[in-house]
Amino acid sequence: MVTLAPPAGAELELRGLRKTYEWRGETLLTLDGVDMLARPGEFVALIGPSGCGKSTLFHILAGLEAPSGGEVLIDGASVTSRLGAFAFMPQRDALLPWRRTIDNVTIGLEVAGVKRADARARAAPLLERFGLGGFEWAWPWQLSGGMRSRAAFLRTILLGKPGLLLDEPFGALDGITRSELQQWLLEVWSEVGSTVALITHDVAEAVFLADRVYVMTPRPGRIATVIDIELPRPRTLAVQESPEFGAHEALLREALRAHARA
Amino acid sequence: MRRLLASAWPPALALAVLTLAWDLAANAAHASLSLPGPWLVVRSTWADRSDLGPAIATTTEEAVLGIALAIVCAVVLALAIDFSQGVRRSVYPLMIVSQTIPFIALAPLVVIWFGFGEAPKIALVALFTFFAIAVSTIRGLDSAEPDTMSLLRTMGASRLQILWHVRMPSALPQFFTGLKIGITFSYVAAIFAEYVGATGGIGYYMNAAKEGGNTDLVFGATIVATVLTMALFGVVVAVERAVIRWRPQAMAEATW
Repeated sequence: MVTLAPPAGAELELRGLRKTYEWRGETLLTLDGVDMLARPGEFVALIGPSGCGKSTLFHILAGLEAPSGGEVLIDGASVTSRLGAFAFMPQRDALLPWRRTIDNVTIGLEVAGVKRADARARAAPLLERFGLGGFEWAWPWQLSGGMRSRAAFLRTILLGKPGLLLDEPFGALDGITRSELQQWLLEVWSEVGSTVALITHDVAEAVFLADRVYVMTPRPGRIATVIDIELPRPRTLAVQESPEFGAHEALLREALRAHARA
Repeated sequence: MRRLLASAWPPALALAVLTLAWDLAANAAHASLSLPGPWLVVRSTWADRSDLGPAIATTTEEAVLGIALAIVCAVVLALAIDFSQGVRRSVYPLMIVSQTIPFIALAPLVVIWFGFGEAPKIALVALFTFFAIAVSTIRGLDSAEPDTMSLLRTMGASRLQILWHVRMPSALPQFFTGLKIGITFSYVAAIFAEYVGATGGIGYYMNAAKEGGNTDLVFGATIVATVLTMALFGVVVAVERAVIRWRPQAMAEATW
Protein backbone atom coordinates (compact mmCIF):
# COMPACT_ATOMS: atom_id res chain seq x y z
CA MET A 1 0.00 0.00 0.00
CA VAL A 2 1.26 3.43 -0.92
CA THR A 3 1.73 5.62 2.09
CA LEU A 4 1.29 9.35 2.31
CA ALA A 5 4.06 11.57 3.58
CA PRO A 6 2.70 12.87 6.88
CA PRO A 7 2.88 16.63 7.36
CA ALA A 8 2.64 17.30 11.09
CA GLY A 9 -0.60 19.00 12.05
CA ALA A 10 -0.56 22.68 12.88
CA GLU A 11 -2.40 24.35 15.72
CA LEU A 12 -5.09 26.66 14.43
CA GLU A 13 -6.76 29.27 16.58
CA LEU A 14 -9.30 32.01 15.89
CA ARG A 15 -9.62 34.87 18.36
CA GLY A 16 -12.59 37.20 18.24
CA LEU A 17 -12.86 37.02 14.47
CA ARG A 18 -15.25 39.66 13.11
CA LYS A 19 -16.38 40.46 9.60
CA THR A 20 -18.58 43.32 8.47
CA TYR A 21 -19.63 44.32 4.96
CA GLU A 22 -20.69 47.74 3.78
CA TRP A 23 -23.81 47.58 1.66
CA ARG A 24 -25.81 50.60 0.51
CA GLY A 25 -24.47 52.71 3.31
CA GLU A 26 -25.34 50.10 5.93
CA THR A 27 -22.94 47.95 7.88
CA LEU A 28 -23.82 44.27 7.84
CA LEU A 29 -22.33 42.16 10.58
CA THR A 30 -21.57 38.70 9.21
CA LEU A 31 -19.23 37.21 11.79
CA ASP A 32 -19.42 38.44 15.35
CA GLY A 33 -16.47 37.41 17.48
CA VAL A 34 -15.73 33.82 16.48
CA ASP A 35 -13.36 31.88 18.75
CA MET A 36 -12.17 28.46 17.69
CA LEU A 37 -9.30 26.13 18.44
CA ALA A 38 -7.99 23.10 16.59
CA ARG A 39 -5.00 21.43 18.26
CA PRO A 40 -2.36 19.79 16.10
CA GLY A 41 -3.85 16.79 14.32
CA GLU A 42 -7.40 17.46 15.49
CA PHE A 43 -10.50 17.26 13.35
CA VAL A 44 -12.96 20.05 14.11
CA ALA A 45 -16.27 20.67 12.39
CA LEU A 46 -18.25 23.86 11.98
CA ILE A 47 -21.98 23.47 11.64
CA GLY A 48 -24.70 26.04 11.21
CA PRO A 49 -27.64 27.05 9.06
CA SER A 50 -26.94 28.43 5.60
CA GLY A 51 -26.08 32.10 5.63
CA CYS A 52 -24.41 31.95 9.03
CA GLY A 53 -21.07 33.00 7.58
CA LYS A 54 -19.32 29.61 7.56
CA SER A 55 -17.96 30.08 4.08
CA THR A 56 -16.92 33.65 4.84
CA LEU A 57 -15.04 32.30 7.85
CA PHE A 58 -13.20 29.82 5.63
CA HIS A 59 -12.42 32.47 3.03
CA ILE A 60 -10.84 34.52 5.81
CA LEU A 61 -8.89 31.50 7.06
CA ALA A 62 -7.64 30.69 3.57
CA GLY A 63 -6.51 34.29 3.13
CA LEU A 64 -9.01 35.22 0.41
CA GLU A 65 -10.59 37.92 2.56
CA ALA A 66 -9.34 40.03 5.43
CA PRO A 67 -11.22 40.00 8.74
CA SER A 68 -12.64 43.27 10.08
CA GLY A 69 -11.37 42.36 13.53
CA GLY A 70 -9.75 39.58 15.52
CA GLU A 71 -6.88 37.38 14.51
CA VAL A 72 -5.90 34.02 13.09
CA LEU A 73 -3.09 32.18 14.87
CA ILE A 74 -1.12 29.34 13.34
CA ASP A 75 1.00 27.47 15.89
CA GLY A 76 0.53 30.37 18.28
CA ALA A 77 1.64 33.13 15.94
CA SER A 78 -0.71 35.65 14.37
CA VAL A 79 -0.57 35.27 10.58
CA THR A 80 -2.07 38.03 8.46
CA SER A 81 -1.26 36.87 4.91
CA ARG A 82 -2.47 33.29 4.73
CA LEU A 83 -2.62 32.61 0.98
CA GLY A 84 -0.75 29.34 0.56
CA ALA A 85 -0.82 28.53 4.30
CA PHE A 86 -3.68 26.00 4.22
CA ALA A 87 -4.90 23.38 1.80
CA PHE A 88 -8.40 24.51 0.84
CA MET A 89 -11.06 22.28 -0.66
CA PRO A 90 -13.95 24.39 -1.98
CA GLN A 91 -17.62 23.45 -2.00
CA ARG A 92 -17.73 22.54 -5.64
CA ASP A 93 -14.75 20.46 -6.66
CA ALA A 94 -13.38 23.23 -8.93
CA LEU A 95 -11.57 20.72 -11.13
CA LEU A 96 -10.14 22.40 -14.22
CA PRO A 97 -12.05 21.04 -17.25
CA TRP A 98 -8.96 21.29 -19.49
CA ARG A 99 -6.75 19.16 -17.25
CA ARG A 100 -6.77 15.41 -17.08
CA THR A 101 -7.20 13.79 -13.67
CA ILE A 102 -3.48 13.44 -13.01
CA ASP A 103 -2.86 17.08 -13.94
CA ASN A 104 -5.82 18.28 -11.90
CA VAL A 105 -4.54 16.68 -8.71
CA THR A 106 -1.05 18.13 -9.28
CA ILE A 107 -2.09 21.73 -10.08
CA GLY A 108 -1.02 22.86 -6.61
CA LEU A 109 2.42 21.35 -7.06
CA GLU A 110 2.77 23.04 -10.45
CA VAL A 111 1.75 26.37 -8.94
CA ALA A 112 4.44 25.80 -6.31
CA GLY A 113 7.00 25.42 -9.10
CA VAL A 114 7.30 21.64 -9.32
CA LYS A 115 7.91 20.49 -12.91
CA ARG A 116 4.94 18.78 -14.49
CA ALA A 117 6.76 15.47 -14.97
CA ASP A 118 7.92 15.42 -11.33
CA ALA A 119 4.46 16.36 -10.08
CA ARG A 120 2.92 13.54 -12.11
CA ALA A 121 5.47 11.09 -10.80
CA ARG A 122 4.58 12.09 -7.25
CA ALA A 123 0.84 11.77 -7.81
CA ALA A 124 0.78 8.62 -9.93
CA PRO A 125 1.10 6.06 -7.09
CA LEU A 126 -1.56 7.86 -5.04
CA LEU A 127 -4.24 7.84 -7.73
CA GLU A 128 -4.76 4.12 -7.24
CA ARG A 129 -5.17 4.57 -3.48
CA PHE A 130 -7.69 7.32 -4.05
CA GLY A 131 -9.84 5.09 -6.22
CA LEU A 132 -8.81 6.85 -9.41
CA GLY A 133 -6.73 4.03 -10.88
CA GLY A 134 -7.34 3.74 -14.63
CA PHE A 135 -8.74 7.27 -14.75
CA GLU A 136 -5.40 9.12 -14.69
CA TRP A 137 -5.91 10.40 -18.22
CA ALA A 138 -9.66 10.96 -18.08
CA TRP A 139 -11.11 14.44 -18.44
CA PRO A 140 -13.16 15.71 -15.47
CA TRP A 141 -16.48 15.32 -17.32
CA GLN A 142 -15.76 11.62 -17.64
CA LEU A 143 -15.55 11.15 -13.84
CA SER A 144 -18.44 10.29 -11.52
CA GLY A 145 -19.35 12.67 -8.71
CA GLY A 146 -17.55 10.50 -6.18
CA MET A 147 -14.41 10.35 -8.31
CA ARG A 148 -14.44 14.12 -8.76
CA SER A 149 -14.58 14.52 -4.98
CA ARG A 150 -11.71 12.05 -4.54
CA ALA A 151 -9.66 13.90 -7.14
CA ALA A 152 -10.37 17.24 -5.45
CA PHE A 153 -9.38 15.73 -2.09
CA LEU A 154 -6.17 14.24 -3.49
CA ARG A 155 -5.37 17.67 -4.93
CA THR A 156 -5.86 19.08 -1.42
CA ILE A 157 -3.71 16.39 0.24
CA LEU A 158 -0.92 16.76 -2.33
CA LEU A 159 -0.47 20.37 -1.29
CA GLY A 160 1.21 18.84 1.79
CA LYS A 161 -0.08 21.48 4.20
CA PRO A 162 -0.34 20.94 7.97
CA GLY A 163 -3.88 22.35 7.93
CA LEU A 164 -6.81 21.35 5.72
CA LEU A 165 -9.93 23.47 5.21
CA LEU A 166 -12.79 21.40 3.81
CA ASP A 167 -15.86 23.41 2.80
CA GLU A 168 -18.79 20.98 2.53
CA PRO A 169 -16.62 18.61 0.52
CA PHE A 170 -19.29 15.97 -0.07
CA GLY A 171 -22.32 18.26 -0.17
CA ALA A 172 -23.17 17.46 -3.78
CA LEU A 173 -22.99 13.68 -3.46
CA ASP A 174 -25.70 11.08 -2.92
CA GLY A 175 -25.99 9.50 0.53
CA ILE A 176 -24.28 6.20 -0.25
CA THR A 177 -21.28 7.75 -1.98
CA ARG A 178 -21.07 10.34 0.76
CA SER A 179 -20.78 7.91 3.68
CA GLU A 180 -18.29 5.85 1.69
CA LEU A 181 -16.15 8.94 1.17
CA GLN A 182 -16.48 9.98 4.83
CA GLN A 183 -15.08 6.64 5.95
CA TRP A 184 -12.29 6.91 3.44
CA LEU A 185 -11.55 10.52 4.45
CA LEU A 186 -10.99 9.35 8.03
CA GLU A 187 -8.56 6.68 6.83
CA VAL A 188 -6.52 9.14 4.81
CA TRP A 189 -6.58 11.72 7.60
CA SER A 190 -5.35 9.18 10.18
CA GLU A 191 -2.36 8.65 7.92
CA VAL A 192 -1.42 12.25 7.12
CA GLY A 193 -2.07 13.57 10.63
CA SER A 194 -2.84 17.11 9.51
CA THR A 195 -5.25 19.36 11.36
CA VAL A 196 -8.66 19.51 9.69
CA ALA A 197 -11.41 22.11 9.84
CA LEU A 198 -14.61 21.00 8.13
CA ILE A 199 -17.70 22.99 7.24
CA THR A 200 -20.90 21.01 7.03
CA HIS A 201 -24.63 21.32 7.53
CA ASP A 202 -24.99 17.57 7.94
CA VAL A 203 -25.32 16.63 11.63
CA ALA A 204 -24.38 12.95 11.12
CA GLU A 205 -21.31 13.95 9.09
CA ALA A 206 -20.11 16.29 11.84
CA VAL A 207 -20.55 13.64 14.55
CA PHE A 208 -18.93 10.88 12.51
CA LEU A 209 -15.86 12.85 11.45
CA ALA A 210 -15.03 15.41 14.11
CA ASP A 211 -13.36 15.49 17.51
CA ARG A 212 -15.25 18.66 18.31
CA VAL A 213 -18.14 20.49 16.70
CA TYR A 214 -18.60 24.26 16.76
CA VAL A 215 -22.26 25.18 16.38
CA MET A 216 -22.85 28.55 14.75
CA THR A 217 -25.84 30.86 15.07
CA PRO A 218 -27.61 32.33 12.06
CA ARG A 219 -26.57 35.80 10.96
CA PRO A 220 -24.54 37.27 12.45
CA GLY A 221 -22.42 34.15 12.86
CA ARG A 222 -21.31 33.42 16.41
CA ILE A 223 -20.20 30.24 18.10
CA ALA A 224 -23.33 29.22 19.97
CA THR A 225 -21.90 26.18 21.64
CA VAL A 226 -19.10 23.64 21.37
CA ILE A 227 -19.80 19.93 21.54
CA ASP A 228 -17.06 17.35 22.08
CA ILE A 229 -17.59 14.10 20.22
CA GLU A 230 -16.44 11.35 22.54
CA LEU A 231 -16.57 8.45 20.13
CA PRO A 232 -13.48 6.22 20.02
CA ARG A 233 -11.25 6.16 16.97
CA PRO A 234 -10.72 4.64 14.51
CA ARG A 235 -14.38 5.05 13.62
CA THR A 236 -16.12 2.92 11.04
CA LEU A 237 -19.55 3.36 9.55
CA ALA A 238 -20.83 0.84 12.11
CA VAL A 239 -20.40 3.41 14.86
CA GLN A 240 -23.33 5.30 13.33
CA GLU A 241 -25.66 2.55 14.59
CA SER A 242 -24.48 2.91 18.21
CA PRO A 243 -26.61 4.65 20.88
CA GLU A 244 -23.67 6.95 21.68
CA PHE A 245 -23.68 8.19 18.11
CA GLY A 246 -27.41 8.80 18.30
CA ALA A 247 -27.00 10.67 21.58
CA HIS A 248 -24.39 12.97 20.07
CA GLU A 249 -26.59 13.58 17.06
CA ALA A 250 -29.53 14.45 19.29
CA LEU A 251 -27.38 16.83 21.32
CA LEU A 252 -26.16 18.57 18.20
CA ARG A 253 -29.64 18.82 16.68
CA GLU A 254 -30.95 20.26 19.90
CA ALA A 255 -28.17 22.86 19.95
CA LEU A 256 -28.93 23.85 16.35
CA ARG A 257 -32.64 24.14 17.13
CA ALA A 258 -32.05 26.18 20.28
CA HIS A 259 -30.06 28.75 18.34
CA ALA A 260 -32.05 28.71 15.12
CA ARG A 261 -33.95 31.81 16.24
CA ALA A 262 -31.49 33.80 18.24
CA MET B 1 -18.71 10.66 -40.36
CA ARG B 2 -22.20 9.28 -40.87
CA ARG B 3 -23.54 12.18 -38.84
CA LEU B 4 -21.59 14.61 -41.01
CA LEU B 5 -23.14 13.06 -44.13
CA ALA B 6 -26.57 13.18 -42.54
CA SER B 7 -26.20 16.88 -41.82
CA ALA B 8 -24.58 17.62 -45.19
CA TRP B 9 -27.25 16.39 -47.60
CA PRO B 10 -30.01 18.97 -46.91
CA PRO B 11 -27.82 21.98 -47.76
CA ALA B 12 -26.35 20.02 -50.69
CA LEU B 13 -29.85 19.42 -52.02
CA ALA B 14 -30.75 23.10 -51.55
CA LEU B 15 -27.59 24.06 -53.43
CA ALA B 16 -28.42 21.70 -56.27
CA VAL B 17 -31.93 23.17 -56.56
CA LEU B 18 -30.51 26.70 -56.63
CA THR B 19 -27.97 25.74 -59.30
CA LEU B 20 -30.72 24.16 -61.37
CA ALA B 21 -32.83 27.31 -61.04
CA TRP B 22 -29.85 29.39 -62.06
CA ASP B 23 -29.30 27.14 -65.10
CA LEU B 24 -32.96 27.39 -66.13
CA ALA B 25 -33.01 31.18 -65.66
CA ALA B 26 -29.81 31.58 -67.69
CA ASN B 27 -31.22 29.45 -70.52
CA ALA B 28 -34.50 31.34 -70.53
CA ALA B 29 -32.80 34.74 -70.53
CA HIS B 30 -30.50 33.92 -73.45
CA ALA B 31 -28.13 36.57 -72.15
CA SER B 32 -24.82 34.87 -71.49
CA LEU B 33 -23.15 38.24 -70.90
CA SER B 34 -25.27 39.48 -67.99
CA LEU B 35 -26.32 36.06 -66.67
CA PRO B 36 -24.00 33.24 -67.70
CA GLY B 37 -25.22 29.75 -66.80
CA PRO B 38 -23.42 27.58 -64.22
CA TRP B 39 -21.76 25.27 -66.77
CA LEU B 40 -20.43 28.18 -68.77
CA VAL B 41 -19.03 29.71 -65.58
CA VAL B 42 -17.29 26.48 -64.60
CA ARG B 43 -15.88 25.94 -68.10
CA SER B 44 -14.55 29.47 -68.57
CA THR B 45 -13.13 29.67 -65.07
CA TRP B 46 -11.32 26.37 -65.47
CA ALA B 47 -10.00 27.51 -68.85
CA ASP B 48 -8.67 30.67 -67.24
CA ARG B 49 -7.00 28.87 -64.30
CA SER B 50 -3.50 30.03 -65.22
CA ASP B 51 -4.59 33.62 -64.51
CA LEU B 52 -6.88 32.86 -61.60
CA GLY B 53 -4.34 30.65 -59.81
CA PRO B 54 -1.85 33.40 -58.95
CA ALA B 55 -4.76 35.69 -57.98
CA ILE B 56 -5.96 33.06 -55.50
CA ALA B 57 -2.46 32.76 -54.05
CA THR B 58 -2.13 36.53 -53.60
CA THR B 59 -5.52 36.99 -51.95
CA THR B 60 -5.07 33.95 -49.73
CA GLU B 61 -1.76 35.30 -48.54
CA GLU B 62 -3.37 38.66 -47.72
CA ALA B 63 -6.31 37.04 -45.95
CA VAL B 64 -4.15 34.71 -43.88
CA LEU B 65 -1.58 37.37 -42.95
CA GLY B 66 -4.39 39.82 -42.14
CA ILE B 67 -6.05 37.29 -39.84
CA ALA B 68 -2.71 36.51 -38.21
CA LEU B 69 -2.11 40.21 -37.59
CA ALA B 70 -5.64 40.56 -36.18
CA ILE B 71 -5.12 37.58 -33.86
CA VAL B 72 -1.86 38.96 -32.50
CA CYS B 73 -3.30 42.45 -31.95
CA ALA B 74 -6.57 41.13 -30.49
CA VAL B 75 -4.88 38.76 -28.04
CA VAL B 76 -2.33 41.35 -26.93
CA LEU B 77 -5.08 43.92 -26.40
CA ALA B 78 -7.35 41.42 -24.63
CA LEU B 79 -4.54 40.49 -22.24
CA ALA B 80 -3.73 44.15 -21.62
CA ILE B 81 -7.39 44.86 -20.87
CA ASP B 82 -7.53 41.77 -18.67
CA PHE B 83 -4.48 42.82 -16.72
CA SER B 84 -5.11 46.53 -16.27
CA GLN B 85 -8.32 48.19 -15.13
CA GLY B 86 -6.91 51.43 -16.53
CA VAL B 87 -6.58 49.97 -20.02
CA ARG B 88 -10.02 48.37 -19.72
CA ARG B 89 -11.67 51.67 -18.78
CA SER B 90 -9.86 53.76 -21.38
CA VAL B 91 -9.43 51.50 -24.41
CA TYR B 92 -12.42 49.13 -24.29
CA PRO B 93 -15.10 51.82 -24.87
CA LEU B 94 -13.05 53.31 -27.70
CA MET B 95 -12.76 49.88 -29.25
CA ILE B 96 -16.54 49.42 -29.20
CA VAL B 97 -17.08 52.90 -30.67
CA SER B 98 -14.46 52.18 -33.36
CA GLN B 99 -16.85 49.59 -34.78
CA THR B 100 -19.12 52.38 -35.98
CA ILE B 101 -16.35 53.60 -38.31
CA PRO B 102 -17.21 52.53 -41.87
CA PHE B 103 -13.98 50.72 -42.69
CA ILE B 104 -15.19 50.21 -46.24
CA ALA B 105 -15.06 53.98 -46.72
CA LEU B 106 -11.56 53.94 -45.30
CA ALA B 107 -10.26 51.54 -47.94
CA PRO B 108 -9.18 54.25 -50.42
CA LEU B 109 -7.34 56.03 -47.61
CA VAL B 110 -5.59 52.83 -46.61
CA VAL B 111 -4.43 52.45 -50.21
CA ILE B 112 -3.16 56.04 -50.20
CA TRP B 113 -1.26 55.38 -46.98
CA PHE B 114 0.17 51.97 -47.75
CA GLY B 115 0.31 51.93 -51.56
CA PHE B 116 -0.87 49.32 -54.06
CA GLY B 117 1.01 46.37 -52.63
CA GLU B 118 -0.19 43.75 -50.18
CA ALA B 119 0.24 45.86 -47.06
CA PRO B 120 -3.06 47.83 -47.32
CA LYS B 121 -4.96 44.59 -48.00
CA ILE B 122 -3.46 42.93 -44.94
CA ALA B 123 -4.25 46.03 -42.90
CA LEU B 124 -7.86 46.09 -44.05
CA VAL B 125 -8.38 42.36 -43.39
CA ALA B 126 -6.97 42.89 -39.90
CA LEU B 127 -9.24 45.90 -39.32
CA PHE B 128 -12.29 43.90 -40.35
CA THR B 129 -11.55 40.78 -38.31
CA PHE B 130 -9.85 42.24 -35.23
CA PHE B 131 -12.98 43.34 -33.41
CA ALA B 132 -14.78 39.99 -33.29
CA ILE B 133 -11.65 38.22 -32.08
CA ALA B 134 -10.78 40.85 -29.47
CA VAL B 135 -14.25 41.17 -27.96
CA SER B 136 -14.82 37.44 -27.71
CA THR B 137 -11.37 36.88 -26.21
CA ILE B 138 -12.03 39.54 -23.57
CA ARG B 139 -15.42 37.98 -22.79
CA GLY B 140 -13.76 34.59 -22.68
CA LEU B 141 -11.14 35.72 -20.17
CA ASP B 142 -13.91 37.22 -18.04
CA SER B 143 -15.84 33.95 -18.11
CA ALA B 144 -13.31 32.18 -15.86
CA GLU B 145 -14.91 30.63 -12.76
CA PRO B 146 -14.36 32.84 -9.68
CA ASP B 147 -14.31 29.74 -7.44
CA THR B 148 -11.50 28.20 -9.43
CA MET B 149 -9.48 31.39 -9.35
CA SER B 150 -10.01 31.66 -5.58
CA LEU B 151 -8.81 28.09 -5.18
CA LEU B 152 -5.60 28.86 -7.04
CA ARG B 153 -5.11 31.98 -4.96
CA THR B 154 -5.31 29.87 -1.79
CA MET B 155 -2.52 27.78 -3.29
CA GLY B 156 -0.43 30.93 -3.45
CA ALA B 157 -0.72 31.30 -7.23
CA SER B 158 0.42 34.58 -8.77
CA ARG B 159 -1.76 36.63 -11.11
CA LEU B 160 0.25 35.37 -14.04
CA GLN B 161 -0.21 31.76 -12.95
CA ILE B 162 -3.97 32.28 -12.62
CA LEU B 163 -4.01 33.84 -16.08
CA TRP B 164 -2.11 30.88 -17.51
CA HIS B 165 -3.85 28.05 -15.67
CA VAL B 166 -7.41 29.37 -15.48
CA ARG B 167 -8.24 32.50 -17.45
CA MET B 168 -6.54 31.68 -20.74
CA PRO B 169 -7.92 28.14 -21.05
CA SER B 170 -11.36 29.52 -20.10
CA ALA B 171 -11.07 32.01 -22.95
CA LEU B 172 -10.16 29.50 -25.67
CA PRO B 173 -13.70 28.44 -26.71
CA GLN B 174 -14.85 32.05 -27.07
CA PHE B 175 -11.61 33.02 -28.78
CA PHE B 176 -12.33 30.41 -31.46
CA THR B 177 -15.94 31.63 -31.78
CA GLY B 178 -14.60 35.13 -32.47
CA LEU B 179 -12.02 33.79 -34.88
CA LYS B 180 -14.71 31.91 -36.81
CA ILE B 181 -16.76 35.10 -37.11
CA GLY B 182 -13.66 37.05 -38.16
CA ILE B 183 -12.64 34.46 -40.74
CA THR B 184 -15.83 34.98 -42.71
CA PHE B 185 -14.79 38.61 -43.34
CA SER B 186 -11.21 37.84 -44.32
CA TYR B 187 -11.49 37.14 -48.07
CA VAL B 188 -14.26 39.70 -48.49
CA ALA B 189 -12.07 42.41 -46.95
CA ALA B 190 -9.02 41.43 -49.00
CA ILE B 191 -11.01 41.34 -52.25
CA PHE B 192 -12.60 44.68 -51.51
CA ALA B 193 -9.22 46.25 -50.82
CA GLU B 194 -7.98 44.84 -54.14
CA TYR B 195 -10.99 46.35 -55.89
CA VAL B 196 -9.95 49.78 -54.71
CA GLY B 197 -6.44 49.53 -56.04
CA ALA B 198 -4.14 46.59 -56.62
CA THR B 199 -1.86 44.91 -59.06
CA GLY B 200 -3.03 41.36 -58.38
CA GLY B 201 -5.39 39.16 -56.41
CA ILE B 202 -8.97 37.98 -56.83
CA GLY B 203 -10.40 41.51 -56.53
CA TYR B 204 -8.08 42.77 -59.23
CA TYR B 205 -8.93 39.73 -61.36
CA MET B 206 -12.67 40.38 -60.97
CA ASN B 207 -12.23 44.03 -61.87
CA ALA B 208 -10.29 43.11 -64.98
CA ALA B 209 -12.86 40.46 -65.95
CA LYS B 210 -15.68 42.97 -65.53
CA GLU B 211 -13.89 45.58 -67.64
CA GLY B 212 -13.30 42.98 -70.35
CA GLY B 213 -16.97 41.97 -70.32
CA ASN B 214 -16.21 38.47 -69.01
CA THR B 215 -19.13 38.17 -66.62
CA ASP B 216 -18.65 34.40 -66.44
CA LEU B 217 -15.19 34.93 -64.91
CA VAL B 218 -16.61 37.39 -62.36
CA PHE B 219 -19.09 34.71 -61.30
CA GLY B 220 -16.35 32.10 -61.25
CA ALA B 221 -14.08 34.23 -59.07
CA THR B 222 -16.97 34.87 -56.67
CA ILE B 223 -17.59 31.15 -56.29
CA VAL B 224 -13.88 30.54 -55.79
CA ALA B 225 -13.77 33.20 -53.04
CA THR B 226 -16.70 31.54 -51.30
CA VAL B 227 -15.07 28.13 -51.41
CA LEU B 228 -11.78 29.60 -50.12
CA THR B 229 -13.57 31.27 -47.20
CA MET B 230 -15.24 27.96 -46.31
CA ALA B 231 -11.89 26.18 -46.52
CA LEU B 232 -10.28 28.70 -44.17
CA PHE B 233 -13.23 28.29 -41.81
CA GLY B 234 -12.69 24.55 -41.94
CA VAL B 235 -9.03 24.99 -41.02
CA VAL B 236 -10.03 27.02 -37.95
CA VAL B 237 -12.57 24.37 -36.90
CA ALA B 238 -9.89 21.69 -37.25
CA VAL B 239 -7.40 23.71 -35.17
CA GLU B 240 -10.10 24.36 -32.56
CA ARG B 241 -10.80 20.65 -32.24
CA ALA B 242 -7.11 19.87 -31.93
CA VAL B 243 -6.62 22.53 -29.24
CA ILE B 244 -9.82 22.08 -27.21
CA ARG B 245 -9.73 18.36 -26.60
CA TRP B 246 -11.31 18.38 -23.17
CA ARG B 247 -14.94 18.82 -24.21
CA PRO B 248 -17.24 15.89 -24.83
CA GLN B 249 -17.65 15.32 -28.58
CA ALA B 250 -21.34 16.25 -28.50
CA MET B 251 -20.51 19.61 -26.96
CA ALA B 252 -17.77 20.25 -29.49
CA GLU B 253 -20.18 19.59 -32.36
CA ALA B 254 -22.80 21.86 -30.88
CA THR B 255 -20.42 24.80 -31.22
CA TRP B 256 -20.55 24.60 -35.02
